[in-house]
Amino acid sequence: MTQAPANGIEVEGLVREFKNGPRAVDGIDLRVEPGEIYGFLGPNGAGKSTTVLMLTTLLPPTAGTARVAGYDIVREGAAVRGAIGAALQEAALDPLLTGREHMKLQTTLQGVPKAERRPRGDQLIERVGLADAADRKVGGYSGGMKRRLDLALALVHRPRILFLDEPTTGLDPSSRADMWKEVAHLARDEGVTVFLTTQYLEEADVLADRIAIIDHGHIVARGTPEELKAEIGRPTLEITPAEAGERGAVEHVLSRFGSPAPAPPGAAAVRLSGGVEELAGVVRALDAEDVVVSDFQLHAPTLDDVFLAKTGRKLDAGDEEDTGEHAEAVAA
Amino acid sequence: MSASLWAQIAQMARRSILQTLRQPAMVIPPIVFPLVLMSINVGGLDAATNIPGFPADSYLDFAIAVPFVQGALFAAINAGSALARDVETGFIKRLAMTPMRRTALLFGHLGGVLVVAFASACIYIAAGFIAGMDFRAGAAGVPALIALAMLIALGFAGIGAYIGLRSGSGEAVQGFFPLLFVLLFLSSMSLPRPLIEQEWFRTIATYNPVSYLLEGVRSFVIYGWDGEALALGFGVAAVMAVGAVTASAAALRTRLIRT
Repeated sequence: MTQAPANGIEVEGLVREFKNGPRAVDGIDLRVEPGEIYGFLGPNGAGKSTTVLMLTTLLPPTAGTARVAGYDIVREGAAVRGAIGAALQEAALDPLLTGREHMKLQTTLQGVPKAERRPRGDQLIERVGLADAADRKVGGYSGGMKRRLDLALALVHRPRILFLDEPTTGLDPSSRADMWKEVAHLARDEGVTVFLTTQYLEEADVLADRIAIIDHGHIVARGTPEELKAEIGRPTLEITPAEAGERGAVEHVLSRFGSPAPAPPGAAAVRLSGGVEELAGVVRALDAEDVVVSDFQLHAPTLDDVFLAKTGRKLDAGDEEDTGEHAEAVAA
Repeated sequence: MSASLWAQIAQMARRSILQTLRQPAMVIPPIVFPLVLMSINVGGLDAATNIPGFPADSYLDFAIAVPFVQGALFAAINAGSALARDVETGFIKRLAMTPMRRTALLFGHLGGVLVVAFASACIYIAAGFIAGMDFRAGAAGVPALIALAMLIALGFAGIGAYIGLRSGSGEAVQGFFPLLFVLLFLSSMSLPRPLIEQEWFRTIATYNPVSYLLEGVRSFVIYGWDGEALALGFGVAAVMAVGAVTASAAALRTRLIRT
């Protein structure tokens, strides 16, 4: 294995097998470059959190090697922990302590010099917008506030690499957008390498410089979001006939323009082999067959299409709200 | 750079004390419940002092030992519940990500419990004096009694910590509480062992280590400085404390895995 850069991550053949269970992580390879946001995408149970636990030294791997910030995760665990921060899947907070007391505890345990503890804690609390709630017990915080405090606690010792395990799961769209902005700021302005697991395709699309898709413990795709979408390449055309009985006729027409694609009930879809240039031909063909259309949608390839193409099924995150406007806010 | 072990323990102990103070249910019962139970026993069992061979003229002098051990049982539940909550909330993983030493987590929690045990012991002693306790060990006996009370609390808190860490479940810790209470009732809590009429009860009380904890505490009040009772009391408490804390440390090693 080549030496991982000081702010990077390099993984080779990493395996984690649990007793009497399947291999949660089955021989994955990764390389995360310094300062990038690396999206680790997959459904529940795919192996994302197990990978994070191994890379943060909280779970010994069964096989394989990994270097984080230049240190071996098995032999140099303490050095790894000194270089990284992590906000794990559940915001691990003490409901009986206030936000400020969490900061005091964390700065002390992380070895922040005594004189810097209070200012550093206050600065981070301010940064994540919790100044007004800093002296309230965390048990009364909303989910978004807990996540923000969790993130602030991960930053007290100025880590070079930050692991965020599903940082926005369960958050409302506004809190999710706030978290995206903060993560983007950390990477773009402060040069922190971010390893981000998510089951939200849009989150990965908006935030990540590069993405790996993991399914059943295997990495099934990797690249930039654009590369992955380009791999799928062709746009999908989805047509709903005005008469439900004409769906077959629509399918027949569309089959001349590409390969069938999954479509909602009552509609037919095709992955256009000739790209958008074929749209006019499709319209003419439908007109020639006297098919009346009630809905006509052209979809550019998305990470959802990538996931579908790579795994054969759609990624169901359960509560995928429309967060388009927040995506734009972060991009801006 | 990492904070010194003492700074880490102090922070964890401070957290443990704050946790306890912010949950009245973890402060009031350990102090009030044993005193209430003792008052009931003193009121109802005073006639026991007429039994030939009973070692005290007042049942209060005999029964005042019980709150110290009963308070320690609550300490076990508090310590176990706090550690189980850290496992349940994932807080223990946050701590594992820091350079904190494992011993700081365990001793911090136990240190916090001991502070509460110290306060409880002072209150029990004060309540005893107010109620008219005849304390034979004199002024030097007070700190010695507090020391024994804290050692007993450490032993039970260690047991609670072990259960909390092994199970990672607050419910499991709470479920263990009745068992500890049974141990208390099957001891020389209400009568001196030689005066227990039922042989099976007397046998169990003789093998029950709680009897020796009670008798150690009781000896300060009734006899002054009884070497044998104190040696057994301190000895049993020390063995319990060392065994339970060692077992808890092993459980913490298993629970707080990091490379």
